[in-house]
Amino acid sequence: MPMIELKNLTKRFDSFIAVDSISFEVKEGEIFGFLGPNGAGKTTTISMLATLLTPTAGTAKINGFDVIKNKDGIRKSIGIVFQDPSLDEELTAYENLAFHAVMYDMSRETRDQRISELLSLVDLEKRKNDLVKTFSGGMKRRLEIARGLMHHPKVLFLDEPTIGLDPQTRSHIWKYVKKLNKEEKITIILTTHYMDEAEKLADRIAIIDHGKIIAIDTSENLKDMLGGDVVSFKTPDSEKISNEFAKIKWISKLKTHNGAVDINVSKAEEKLPLLLKALNKTNAHIKSISVHEPTLEDVFLHLTGKTIREEEATAKDAMRLSRRMWRR
Amino acid sequence: MKKIYIIWLRELKKYARSKSRIIGSLGMPLLFLIVLGFGLNSFLDVNNGSYLDFIFPGIIAMTVLMASMFSGISVIWDKQFGFMKEMLVAPVSRTKIMIGKTLGGATTAIFQGLLIFIISLFIGIKISSIAGLFLALFFMILIGVSFTALGIAFASRMEDMQAFPLVMNFVVMPMFFLSGALFPLDGIPKALKIISFLDPLTYGVDALRFGLVGISQIPLWIDFVVLAGFCILTISIGAYLFNKTDS
Repeated sequence: MPMIELKNLTKRFDSFIAVDSISFEVKEGEIFGFLGPNGAGKTTTISMLATLLTPTAGTAKINGFDVIKNKDGIRKSIGIVFQDPSLDEELTAYENLAFHAVMYDMSRETRDQRISELLSLVDLEKRKNDLVKTFSGGMKRRLEIARGLMHHPKVLFLDEPTIGLDPQTRSHIWKYVKKLNKEEKITIILTTHYMDEAEKLADRIAIIDHGKIIAIDTSENLKDMLGGDVVSFKTPDSEKISNEFAKIKWISKLKTHNGAVDINVSKAEEKLPLLLKALNKTNAHIKSISVHEPTLEDVFLHLTGKTIREEEATAKDAMRLSRRMWRR
Repeated sequence: MKKIYIIWLRELKKYARSKSRIIGSLGMPLLFLIVLGFGLNSFLDVNNGSYLDFIFPGIIAMTVLMASMFSGISVIWDKQFGFMKEMLVAPVSRTKIMIGKTLGGATTAIFQGLLIFIISLFIGIKISSIAGLFLALFFMILIGVSFTALGIAFASRMEDMQAFPLVMNFVVMPMFFLSGALFPLDGIPKALKIISFLDPLTYGVDALRFGLVGISQIPLWIDFVVLAGFCILTISIGAYLFNKTDS
């Protein structure tokens, strides 16, 4: 039985469809990445799974419990770290965790033991009795992760766990996530708009855009889908170039976007001279050429025709139109 | 019960840690008590007693009213700082959260009222009897719980603290001024009198005055029935609206 099971889950705000009939399954012990631009529907999906929002249509089950019919069953089975901070800064680290323990019906003895266990897991045992408002952003995140784990949940949701953190703290958080997946054998659902984060952490990745899932697979398989390395040409004459490249049979994929032409070929280093020869014929002006192994960014580009950043710009416009989205 | 207790405890801890809130909320009542009380004391006699004695129960009612309304509305901070989400995803009913917050807010408001009471004793105000003090305390609890619940009801419909002055100016201040806290209600125009008797705080002020200085204009049982009814009403409305609020 899968740990998490979504069937045609949909959420509509007035006329805006935030999540559009998505279905997938997550196995126990898996780290499942949910990758997409801001505003793609990741947080809305998480909110439905965490029983904070009621789905407009479709069903979802976690640990065998239905998100609509058995909210308390779900709530006991999941831990969640929200995108926005949700600690009480006027309380100490210990008090925040103890509050959580009482809310989840933990006994006093197991509570204190669990608190010291988790504070040492996230290296905060020395700050146990300090007010949270004296913590740095990274420390607060770690405390939130510890809190999400307090009641031994089956599934941990991490909604953009490293947003707004510096690179060093991010890699620390990644280390903790890996560690607790291993040590606590917990299923983790991770949403992120950082490619590297999804790539580093997730066993499988679902790419979501405009409320729809456009691909689910391991990051290896997603990248293999592109068929070889990526050669990217920055140019004002993208049309001339793409017309010329369209004639070449060994170019597996061709994509024009925003003053650039991206193609996929195997063994790009050997093909480069041939490509240049072809380009000479066109008299096209070229600003730069780069060759790299495919990344998830390229996968996203291939699937949507846009980079994640371009997509975020339009998603923000959509959110401005739909003011409800700003209400948390 | 444990869950309600921990929510209550959290309110108390936060209150005890914010010294500026404690001191700041004493300012306005003390200003009323000292400036109005002493200012008008020399040439006003109310019901054959001093004016200072007459208004001091009203000032205590005002303190509890404002403090409880404020802590009710401050549920919005929990939304803005995200802590509300932590409570809403926990396996606990929203009604329990609401009750815990109401009791917590009311407790701090009553404490605030008691501070004003103690300060009043220091400036020379005398109470009529110890039994009366306990009666007053009981009515302070009713006022505190009612208005914290009302504050939560408002907070459930508000997006941010910007609407707070609106509530202060159009609900809290009129309630206070119409409650007979500052002047006896028998001398005022009939229209105003009707409005005053629609104001639930009127009954709270009357009962506090009866308990603390032995003056009363309304039979005590009416005070009790009205306030208890109001208390049940605000808790129900507060719980209903809080159950419907978004995180």
